[in-house]
Amino acid sequence: MSASQGPPLIDVEHLTMRFGGLLAVDDVSFVAQPHEITAIIGPNGAGKTTVFNCITGFYKPTIGRLTLRGGDRDYLLERMLGHEIGQRAKVARTFQNIRLFPGMTVLENLMVAQHNKLMHASGWSVFGLLGLRRYRKAEEEGVELARGWLERIALIDDADRPAGELPYGAQRRLEIARAMCTEPRLLCLDEPAAGLNPHESAELNRLLVSIRERDGVGVLLIEHDMSVVMNISDHIVVLDYGRKIAEGAPAEVQRDPAVIRAYLGTDDEAIDG
Amino acid sequence: MGARLSSMLKDAGLTAFVAAALGIFIVGFRTVDVGSRKGLGFDYQFADLAVAVVTIFFGRLGLSLAAAGLRWPSMVLGAAMIAAGASPLELPSGFLHWFVALGGVLLVIRGVWPWANDAMTAAAGSRSGVVLGRAGAKWSGWLLLAAAVAMPFTPFGDQKTMDLGVLILTYVMLGWGLNIVVGLAGLLDLGYVAFYAVGAYSYALLSTQHGLGFWVVLPIAGMMAALFGVLLGFPVLRLRGDYLAIVTLGFGEIIRLVILNWFDLTNGPAGIGSIPGPTLFGAVFAETAPAGKQTVSQMLGIPFDGIHRLIFLYYIILFLALITNLFTQRMRRLPVGRAWEALREDETACRALGINPTNTKLTAFAVGAMFAGFAGSFFAAKQRFISPESFVFIESAIILAIVVLGGMGSQIGVVLAAVLLIGLPEWFRDLGNYRMLAFGLAMVLIMVFRPRGLVAHREPSLRLHPIKPGGGR
Amino acid sequence: MAYFSQQLINAITLGAIYGLIAVGYTMVYGIIGMINFAHGEVFMIGAFISLIGFMICGLLGIGSAPVAILLVLLMAMAFSAVYGWAIERTAYRPLRGSFRLAPLISAIGVSIALQNYVQLVQGARPKPGGDVVSGGFNLFSADGFDVRVTWLQIIIVLVTVVLMMGFTWLIARTPLGRRQRACEQDMKMAALLGVNVDRTISLTFVLGAALAAVAGMLFLMYYGVIDFFIGFLAGIKAFTAAVLGGIGSLPGAMLGGLLIGLIEVFWAAYFSSEYKDVAAFAILVLVLIFRPSGLLGKPEIEKV
Repeated sequence: MSASQGPPLIDVEHLTMRFGGLLAVDDVSFVAQPHEITAIIGPNGAGKTTVFNCITGFYKPTIGRLTLRGGDRDYLLERMLGHEIGQRAKVARTFQNIRLFPGMTVLENLMVAQHNKLMHASGWSVFGLLGLRRYRKAEEEGVELARGWLERIALIDDADRPAGELPYGAQRRLEIARAMCTEPRLLCLDEPAAGLNPHESAELNRLLVSIRERDGVGVLLIEHDMSVVMNISDHIVVLDYGRKIAEGAPAEVQRDPAVIRAYLGTDDEAIDG
Repeated sequence: MGARLSSMLKDAGLTAFVAAALGIFIVGFRTVDVGSRKGLGFDYQFADLAVAVVTIFFGRLGLSLAAAGLRWPSMVLGAAMIAAGASPLELPSGFLHWFVALGGVLLVIRGVWPWANDAMTAAAGSRSGVVLGRAGAKWSGWLLLAAAVAMPFTPFGDQKTMDLGVLILTYVMLGWGLNIVVGLAGLLDLGYVAFYAVGAYSYALLSTQHGLGFWVVLPIAGMMAALFGVLLGFPVLRLRGDYLAIVTLGFGEIIRLVILNWFDLTNGPAGIGSIPGPTLFGAVFAETAPAGKQTVSQMLGIPFDGIHRLIFLYYIILFLALITNLFTQRMRRLPVGRAWEALREDETACRALGINPTNTKLTAFAVGAMFAGFAGSFFAAKQRFISPESFVFIESAIILAIVVLGGMGSQIGVVLAAVLLIGLPEWFRDLGNYRMLAFGLAMVLIMVFRPRGLVAHREPSLRLHPIKPGGGR
Repeated sequence: MAYFSQQLINAITLGAIYGLIAVGYTMVYGIIGMINFAHGEVFMIGAFISLIGFMICGLLGIGSAPVAILLVLLMAMAFSAVYGWAIERTAYRPLRGSFRLAPLISAIGVSIALQNYVQLVQGARPKPGGDVVSGGFNLFSADGFDVRVTWLQIIIVLVTVVLMMGFTWLIARTPLGRRQRACEQDMKMAALLGVNVDRTISLTFVLGAALAAVAGMLFLMYYGVIDFFIGFLAGIKAFTAAVLGGIGSLPGAMLGGLLIGLIEVFWAAYFSSEYKDVAAFAILVLVLIFRPSGLLGKPEIEKV
């Protein structure tokens, strides 16, 4: 339905990832639109996180092309180094097991996310060391951006606490805010609702929707929590054993027999239950 | 109660037995050269071993007692051990007196510790404690600095103290430099002394062969060391933490061995001598000036005194160390400094945020190396003679110990640790032989009991809510 | 040709000694992922215990060389094993779960402490000794050069081969070895399945230390002189051997030891003996940069 909206934000073509004898992702293609939330679902071990790791440069795909449409040029992600994908293509991500900088404060976490912008403003530290106004202004703007996000995720009072001291749900929110502080085009979230209670899940839904509506960032989402997936996704890609078995709007995917089979097992196995 | 005591006795007995097994050959049979013939004989030291084993038995027993909540018996035992150590009792060696007494001190500290800890926590938590702590954190650095600046003009400023001051400050500077690499960026560098050597040899060679002065060479030496840091760092900085440590150790040794064997350049093991000292506005510190130069005493119109040179050196190293500190404090508040700390916390997350890990590590490595280079050229100018012997692995380990003991990333911690680790052993010369032993043990004990070092507090690089005076936010 | 053959024989002897030490590094790394920096010091202590052991044998009037060697071997293995056990128990075990560089820093501390402990109680002077086996035979002569194999070299290679075979059997076929390999794969899971992880790790240290002690004894017999500092260089070279062979791999450690022995001996024989240690360090650096998983090791996949 959304494929007609013009050029996609990211175009994944024939992505294949092989670890030794294991085919973790097998010829998967899909697109994700800007201003949309695209969910990737599938049973455990379906290759979802591997897809993410290819998109964000942690793995080099065995075969495949990953094209990200930037403002005025395209980025071929499979040819870029890990950090360049964040720096230039502006793809940000979170991790399944939260990876904050636990010893640094909440605010510092958000400042580190603005590293490249601030590094440039500090003249690769020269202006910063001299304490030039140009850098001080950029830093103030950085703090303002961080303050805005801290208000949105309701952590403003905890700004100066070490991130590792926050409760679990707050750490999840902070990791998303940190990714957003890189001012990305595409935000990849790896099971953001894992370990959250229903109240926190609902809060997360609101946050993700606001990221789509207010910030206009395309979101790619891996999630097991169907209340999140079905409520907020615009488009769903279903993986099983490394292959794409279905794709479409939430309502379509829910009815798809291949998807039901993947989740509930084949018919004769389902009878057992 | 009886069962518990018997299990404690059993435990202490086992510990003593292990200690006896460890010591029976190495301590019990001391090998000594005999006569003129090439050969060895034994000097039996079973009495020493027995005293040590008995001490360990009671020490372990005391620790178990304290751990079981019986702190008073443990402290009484400790006091008895101190008394035994201090008594005129004829123990087989002087060291054993120390050993027994220190064991006792350990027990007493262990007994008092929970009370002291509670009292300190309570005091720090109280309103006046918070204010005092904040003020202390703010002013202690300035007080230390004032004391350091005034030191040469106080009655303590004699030859011995000034020498020691210069030595301690050199290690403070090296510690601060290494703190950037280890404490902030989390890169364990076991070859730091190599950059110190590069700086020292840069100055030694440029001054003796090309006649360049200290102030001209100082920046060059820093640049040279930084260049080495980049050259060595570039290929290895993507390695995992412990591999990186070993590779830097390898580089450190390679540089030392090259210095040792490259006779044409470095004069090999004989070293380089008659290196000129630093000058003050072109004037030299000497009784008589070489042709075409002026001595400082002539320039200032004061009588010559050998200590002037020492005071001058003291202020140079104080100045250099302060620059290091100032620079580091500033860098910590800049994006690159925050990226260093972030890298220490989680490299994967850094990469996901678009931070280039290699470049960021490289800057830490190069900046740390640069300060070692400055310190090295100061060392050469102070000693006026350098040889490869000054740049062995153990020096790197000492600097690392200072950083680790101080509390990785803490600037004031480095000062404390340098005073403790360098100042104390130098001051009590008798302990000289046991110094490195204590060093090694200290490193282990810190890792086991206080892995974050003496000063574990970390001040955020910036705050959203400034602290209001009087505590609270 | 003759010169080459002679160097080859010398290199294999030296490589056997390095290999024995390397096994200790590789096993400890395999099971708890730490570089046991103090392992070289255990080797040095093993050499000292052997020296003292041979002297005691002399005092007791044990004239037969095989009996003396066997006695000293067992003694050095047993008492060095206590060192291995005690080091793990006091300096490493409390650090499990601390930050990642803590065990390495602690190990450096142990290394410095042990070196200075031995220097204090035994003195800093080099100690001659261990000359219980002499003689040998000419293998062949060529170019007016005798290629000679000493009995000692045969003993060294023999002891190493026997120990390594026994050891491989131990790891591959016994319950102890099975537990050890289980902990290597997944320590938490092994603990859940009832493996006593602490004891298994202790045993790893004990076995590694015993092998290092054998290496210490052979080193003493081969060079005839030791001091408190021999552990540093030998330790680094053996670690290089372990990395070169592929850390975590037993055959790798032996292969790496042989290669380091070859490189060192041939470098000294054909290039310059001053730079032979540089060669060893350079290889360490190059291997870690270009092939950190070594020759026989498996590459690590980063888990995100």
